[in-house]
Formats: sequence, C-alpha cells, structure tokens
Amino acid sequence: MSQVTATPEVEIPAIPVAQLAPWAAFVFLVAAIVLFFISADQGAVSIPSGTAIHEWVHDGRHLLGFPCH
Amino acid sequence: MTPRNFLVRGLLAGFIASLFSFAVAYTVGEPQVDAAIAVEEANAAAPADATAEHSDGHSHSHADEDAEAGGTEVSREKQSTLGLATGILTVGTALGGVIGLASAFAVGRIGRLRPSQSTALVALVGYVSFSLVPFLKYPANPPAVGSGDTIGDRTLYYFIVQGIAILAAIVAVLVARRLLDRIGTYRTVLATAGGYLVVVIVMALAMPTVNELGDFPADTLWYFRLASLLTNVTLWAGIGIVLVGLIGRLYEQESVKAARRELAASL
Repeated sequence: MSQVTATPEVEIPAIPVAQLAPWAAFVFLVAAIVLFFISADQGAVSIPSGTAIHEWVHDGRHLLGFPCH
Repeated sequence: MTPRNFLVRGLLAGFIASLFSFAVAYTVGEPQVDAAIAVEEANAAAPADATAEHSDGHSHSHADEDAEAGGTEVSREKQSTLGLATGILTVGTALGGVIGLASAFAVGRIGRLRPSQSTALVALVGYVSFSLVPFLKYPANPPAVGSGDTIGDRTLYYFIVQGIAILAAIVAVLVARRLLDRIGTYRTVLATAGGYLVVVIVMALAMPTVNELGDFPADTLWYFRLASLLTNVTLWAGIGIVLVGLIGRLYEQESVKAARRELAASL
C-alpha cells in the first residue's frame, strides 16, 4: 500500500453519464443478443427454428453453466 | 479516460480471457462432457423407447435418431473444439465489453478508489452476481441431466436468479457509495455485502429447487460442475486481471500527460 501514500490526494475525474450512455446502451444491447444466442436460443426459445446454433455452441453452453436441456 | 478507451480495453481483456477459459474448458471440461454423453448413450441404448426422449431434436452424435427428429447434426469433434471456442469467445468478448463500460461508469464514482481499483471491484461484483450466485442456485448440468419438458422453466429460473443477483449488486454498490462518507469503508463493506448476502439467500430459498439427476453418476456430476466453475472463474479472473492492468496503465499515462500540461501552463 506504499503507492497510496506516493499518490497525492487527487480527485479521480468521473466520465459524464451523458458521454457514456450511448456506448453503454449499444454494448449492453449487443451483449444481450450474444448471450441470448449462446445461452438460450433453440432451447427454451427458437429463433430461427431448428437446432443448428444450439448444437454448434452446445459444449460452451454446458460448461458456461447455462441450462441446456 | 473516455468510454472508447474502456470499451476497447474491455473487449481486448474479454478476448484474451476467453482464450484461457477455452483452454480450461477444453482440457478440464470436455472429458466430463464426453463421460456424461457416454452415460446418456448407455441409458438410451437400454430402454427401447429411448428415441421418444430425444424427439425434442436435441442430440449429441446420435445420427440415426437425429434423422428421425429432423435435428441438425454437429459432430462431437466440432462441438468440443470450434463450437466450444465459438461459445466461449463470443460470450467472453461481449462480457469484456460490458465490464469495460461498467468500469467506465465506476471510475471516480466509488469513494476514492483509483481507476484500477474500481475496475477490480466491478469485475469482482460482476463475477459474483452474474456467474457465482446463479451457479450456486442452479449449478451447471452435464448432458444427460435434465428433462426436455422443463427446459423452458429452468431457463426462466436461471435468468430470474441472475437478474435479481445483478440488480441487488447494483443497488448494494449505490448504497455503499452513500454510506462511505458517513460510516467509513470497513462498516460500509460489511453492511452492503451482508445486505447483499441476505437478499440473495432469501431469493435462493424462494426460488423452486430443480432436481432431475436421476441415477446420474455422482463423480462425473461433481467433476463436470467443478470444470464449469473453473471455466467461469478463469473467464472472469482473466477479464479482471487483464482489464485492471490495462486501465492502471492508461491512468498512469493520462496522469503523466495531465501533469505535463499543468507544468506547461504554469510556465
């Protein structure tokens, strides 16, 4: 913890929410879609119908801990 | 310190962590997946009506059953290599991006934590709420465990638990921010972590229990769940470690730049 004393007490500047919001909105949306296709698609819900995506990411889904079947 | 800086570093951290996580999943997890599929096939071979259970189109390498069910066949070899890599790399990179931006929110907003410290906190809280709590309530199941009839309910339960765990974590951090100045760091951490624990335990008790194990071998189950836990721990620890390093370096560079600018202005 010697670094703490070496660093002068400066206010860490926060990034304004207005500047962050569009990035956050877009990335959270994309991440939600990615998570959906890996974790839940063609198990409980199927878009598109079939099992191709489900089978392809089958092992990843099991090992990442999502309910698979 | 811009959102772009954080996003780029988060995605990079996610990608690098995914490679490690894939290595763990492939070496530690895949033997257990194979063992579980062997159990499944042995069970399917015994009773004559086994094909009926597989009519939901889910398969591993039952080519004949699949043709009947109209499912898509992906060979075990592809599932355990390219398929596994696809799943972990996409989830890991996306998570890295999310953690990067969440860290951008946290910088300068949590007490006097420096950027690398607040980023570490985001990764830790993220792991506990996104991965650990859902795992403890609904642990990962290997192939052959779980009925196709209840997959809808089980998926819903899993994401309810995950959603509540994440929301509660966000609330806990917001409360901690307010308490910090009033009661100090030690009491704040005790109070908010304790509060979080209570919320999560009450939720876990309220949510229905799922037990569809049947006579699945206990050792394979344990090793599979351990492998799943290690896969996720590697992913999150990797993201945390890489991102904390990158953000720490970024902050140092920006501090040096700012100091130079100040010096130049004072001349």
